[in-house]
Amino acid sequence: MADSVVRPYLKLVGAQIRSQAQYRTSFILDLLGQTVFTVLDFLTVFVVFRITPALGGFDLSEVLLISALAITGFTIADLVVGNVERLSFYVRTGLLDAMLIRPRRILPQLLAVDFQLRRIGRVALAVTVLIVAASAGVTDWTWWRVLLVVITPLTAAVFFCAVFILTATSMFWWIDAKEFSAAFTYGGRDFTTYPITVYEGVFRRLFGYLFGFGFVSYYPALSLLGRDDPLGGPGWLGWSGLIAAAVAATAAALMWRTGIRHYKGTGS
Amino acid sequence: MSASMMFAVARAGFRRHATYRQATVAATATNSVFGCLRAYVLLATATGAGGVAGGYTGEQLSTYVWIGQGLLGVVLLWGWSDLADRVRTGEVSSDLLRPVNPIWTYLATDLGRAAHAFCTRMIVPLAVGASLFPFYWPNNPITYLLLPVSITAAVLVCFCLRYLVNLTSFWLLDIRGVAMLWVVLSGAASGMYFPLAFLPEPVTALLYYATPFPSIMQFPADIAVEYGGLSGQLWRLGLQVLWCVICLALAWSVQRRATLKLVIQGG
Repeated sequence: MADSVVRPYLKLVGAQIRSQAQYRTSFILDLLGQTVFTVLDFLTVFVVFRITPALGGFDLSEVLLISALAITGFTIADLVVGNVERLSFYVRTGLLDAMLIRPRRILPQLLAVDFQLRRIGRVALAVTVLIVAASAGVTDWTWWRVLLVVITPLTAAVFFCAVFILTATSMFWWIDAKEFSAAFTYGGRDFTTYPITVYEGVFRRLFGYLFGFGFVSYYPALSLLGRDDPLGGPGWLGWSGLIAAAVAATAAALMWRTGIRHYKGTGS
Repeated sequence: MSASMMFAVARAGFRRHATYRQATVAATATNSVFGCLRAYVLLATATGAGGVAGGYTGEQLSTYVWIGQGLLGVVLLWGWSDLADRVRTGEVSSDLLRPVNPIWTYLATDLGRAAHAFCTRMIVPLAVGASLFPFYWPNNPITYLLLPVSITAAVLVCFCLRYLVNLTSFWLLDIRGVAMLWVVLSGAASGMYFPLAFLPEPVTALLYYATPFPSIMQFPADIAVEYGGLSGQLWRLGLQVLWCVICLALAWSVQRRATLKLVIQGG
C-alpha cells in the first residue's frame, strides 16, 4: 500500500529530473553555479581566518568542522524541501488551488513538481569538506563519535527542512512577506556556520536556544572535538540535535496542517 | 527627457514601492537579522585579531555591516528583471515607441524606488545597528556631505549593471545563467560578506581598480566609517564617479545595439 502512495511522487520527481537533464549545458552551468554558492560559504570562513587566528575561542579546523556539519545539513534540506519557498508564488497565482483538487497530499506534490537536482552539487561539496574537516579536527575516534558525525548532518537536515516548511507556512497568512523567511532559513545557516560563542546576549539565546540553532552543529562539534563548552553546557548536549530535530519537525507538521486548513485562496 | 518629466516618473517609482508595505517590513526585518549575524562575526574577528582587523576597528566593522545591510535594499542588488520580462513578452516594443529613451525612464523609476528604500530599508537597519551594537559615528563633518553623493553613485552603478544584465535578454531571451553569474559576482566582489581588505592584497587591488563591484557597497560603507581618512574617502568617491560614467556609457551603447537586434513578432 505504501508503494501506491509514494510512487506517484517518485514519478513526478523522475519526470522533473528527466526534463531538467534534457538541456544538458544549462543543467551543468546551473550545477556549477549552485556549487559556487556553497564554495563562497566556506571561503568566507577561510577569509576570516586570514585575519584572525581564533574566532570566539575556536581555531580554523574547529570552526570548519562546525561549518561543515551545518552546511551539509542545510544543503541536504535545500535539495529536498528548498523549493517550498515557492509557496508564495503558488498561492499568489492560484496554482495551489489546482494542486488541492488532486487526490494527493499537497506538500509532497509541491516538492516533487519543482524538484531541483542541480542542488546536488552543493551537497557533494559540503560532504567533502565535512570529511576533510572531521579527519583534520577529530583526533580521538570512538564508535560513538563515528555515529555522531554521521547522524549530525542528518538531524541538521531534518531541522532545516522543518525551518523551511515553518517559514513557508507563514506565507498562508502573509503572502507578500517571502523575504522574511530568509532570515530563518539562510540566517539559520549563517548562524550555525560559526560557534555560538561568537554571538552575544539576547541574540545568542534567541537563535541558539529558543529557536534551537545552537543544537544543530555547535554542540555536536564540541562532542566530536572532545572540548568542553566555554558557555558551561553539559556534555550530553552533543546529542541534542536529535531532540531539536524532533521538536522542529513536529512543530512544522502542525503548522503546515493549520496553514492548509486556514488557506482560502487569493481569488486569482 | 526633461527634468520635470524625470521627476514625475521618479515620484511614481517612489509611490509604487510605498504600497508594498508588507514586503518592506519583511525586508527590513530580514536585513536587520543578517546585520546582527554579520556584525557579531566581524566583531569576533576584530577581537581575535587583537582589536583591529584589516585596518578596521570593531566599531568601524560593525557600522560597515549595518551600512551594507541598508544599502542592499537601496541599490537593489538582486531580484530585478523588469526589463528582461518585457523583452521576453515583447512588451519592450512599446517602450521603444515612446519619444523617450527607455534607459532614462527605467533610471528615473529606479531613483524613485531607491529614495523610498532609503527612507525605509536604509534607516531601519541603521537604527537597529546604532542602538544594539558598537557604532562608529563620523568624526569629520565632511563625511555627511560625501556619503549622500557616494550612495547616489552606488545606486547609479548598480542600476546600470542590473540594466546590462537585463539587456542580455535581447540576445539570450532567458537570462537565468547571466543572472546567476551576477548574483555570485556582485555578492562576493562588492564587499557584502566581508570587507575586501580582508583578501590578499593583489586580489583586493584587482577588485578595487578593475571591477565596478566595490562601488556598489564597499566604497560607500568605507566612506561612512572614514576608512583611510579624507584622502581614502576622496579617491573612493572618484573611482565611484568614474565607474558611473563607464557603466552608463556601456548600458547606453549596449541598449542601442540591442534595439537594432530586436525583431517584433507579428500576429
